[in-house]
Amino acid sequence: MKALRPWLMILFWCFVSFLTLFPIYWLFVVSVKPAVELFSTPDVILTKFYWQNYIDVLNDRTLRSYMMNSLIISTGNAVLCTILGFLTCYALSRFNLPGKESIFFWTITNRMAPPAVFLLPMFLLLTQVYKIGDFSLADTRIGMILVYCTFNLPFAIWTLRPTVDGIPKELDEAAYVDGASPWKVITEVVFPLARPGLAVTLILTWVFAWNEYLLAATLTNFNARTLTTGLSEYVTTTGTEWGIMAAISVFTLIPALIVFSLVQRHIVTGLTFGAVKG
Amino acid sequence: MHSNRLGWLLLAPTMIILFFFGVVPFFYVIWVSFHQWNPFAANPNMVFNWASNYRQVVFDAQLMASLGVTFAFVFFAVVSELILGYLLAQAFMKDFPGKAFFRTIHTLPLIMAPIIVGSIWKLMTTPSIGIIPSLVQSWFGLDLNIGQSALAAFTVTVVMDIWHWTPLVTLSLIAALVSLPPDPFEQAQIDGANKRQIFWHITLPMIAPAVVATVFIRLMDALRTVDEVLMLTGGGPGSATRYIGVHIFKEVFPRTNYGYGSAISVVVLYMTIVICWLLYVGLIAPRNTKKG
Repeated sequence: MKALRPWLMILFWCFVSFLTLFPIYWLFVVSVKPAVELFSTPDVILTKFYWQNYIDVLNDRTLRSYMMNSLIISTGNAVLCTILGFLTCYALSRFNLPGKESIFFWTITNRMAPPAVFLLPMFLLLTQVYKIGDFSLADTRIGMILVYCTFNLPFAIWTLRPTVDGIPKELDEAAYVDGASPWKVITEVVFPLARPGLAVTLILTWVFAWNEYLLAATLTNFNARTLTTGLSEYVTTTGTEWGIMAAISVFTLIPALIVFSLVQRHIVTGLTFGAVKG
Repeated sequence: MHSNRLGWLLLAPTMIILFFFGVVPFFYVIWVSFHQWNPFAANPNMVFNWASNYRQVVFDAQLMASLGVTFAFVFFAVVSELILGYLLAQAFMKDFPGKAFFRTIHTLPLIMAPIIVGSIWKLMTTPSIGIIPSLVQSWFGLDLNIGQSALAAFTVTVVMDIWHWTPLVTLSLIAALVSLPPDPFEQAQIDGANKRQIFWHITLPMIAPAVVATVFIRLMDALRTVDEVLMLTGGGPGSATRYIGVHIFKEVFPRTNYGYGSAISVVVLYMTIVICWLLYVGLIAPRNTKKG
């Protein structure tokens, strides 16, 4: 009986893994089928691959520009949030600022509010209030980069704080004694030591920005629209092109899968954040 | 150390951004909610109208219906995830070959964009394209149509949420179970306790803080579910799956009735804060004081 146990466990977990993986596999199946074959009895096993859906997506100029926007916005946002988060954590860790724990807690609370609640005020602020002359932040990449800071910047601060706190202060002090400027200390002493933590933060903030849909859907019209909004557009306007929809989904999914393989063990820490109070 | 001025300088960019995109929207939405403002109405300007938007909210049948289905969704999803997550976490406590590999696969849905999860489940469950309706048809002879049956649509959104988020519960409960000391369990076995007694009297009290934290996280996340449901059902059929976020996105936001929309947003935000606070006071705070 005892000897049989591991095999039962493996069997059980094969089943669970199947339940996890099958929906993703099904997405791929739909994406490599021509439209006419979709409506027959659903076929699980693929015999031939039809790549036209992917080619159509890549040839679509609108979708290409959405993809570009997604790349620029998530990269810009991730870099900005990681740098600012790092500087914030450095300030919180090395200076004796009055009320710094309250400031830390306040930055974190920004992430806890449900995004749906902020759709309307964000939209009104971006279109009506935050503008200089004819330039408003609505439907611009820079606007989206800043808006995404509301959830990614608190996240960056939250994940980087232990990293920066863990770098011994004695190293800074030794560098100061040697006559280094604060800027030199931050860039040449602390930054290199924080690099692993910074990399994880950069990757996770990037994927959160890449995955975002709700704010992008309401705050952009055309110029700064992202791939996730393109996906939903395809569903509502032409409803029936399932293959294209699946292909866009695969394109949106690929970066997340790459990220997953890079920072798998950090994901849980990242996701449990947002509801746990400091 | 250096003067605090440098410290404030380093903090400044973060605080400025979070001020303009976190604090200002929060107060702005409250301010707008006390006005009548519809740019496409006869009077497109903002007119202060006291609390009449809020008076309207109370009698908003659509909003109340949406809140009702939201709570049902949150309840069924979180309870199932908790039970399943606990069972799976227990299954991970034994040693078997390939454990790390299976755990990696199990974590996979967590990193996926909610909108992609919605799109995947749409492809799985749309009649005549998805595989699930045809399986349900041939195995049970039932017609599963998420476009027509409210119950089917509701169930599929719950199943989708379970698929997406159970791994989070599993992983955080694994962390709790791993850190348990073995002594009480050995003692209980020596004393002849059965499995159920061990669970209720030893395991559960010991992992309770982790369970509470997990419930808290999942509740907050489930309450703000929007993208995947929007993609899967669009809130339909009727208002069967129009959860509160979907309601705001589909019904409130497009209506350009900014004053009233703001009032709804404030009410939803306030409710979220109250639920958070109740959970904190009811579940987390008593534990902390007991510990301290």
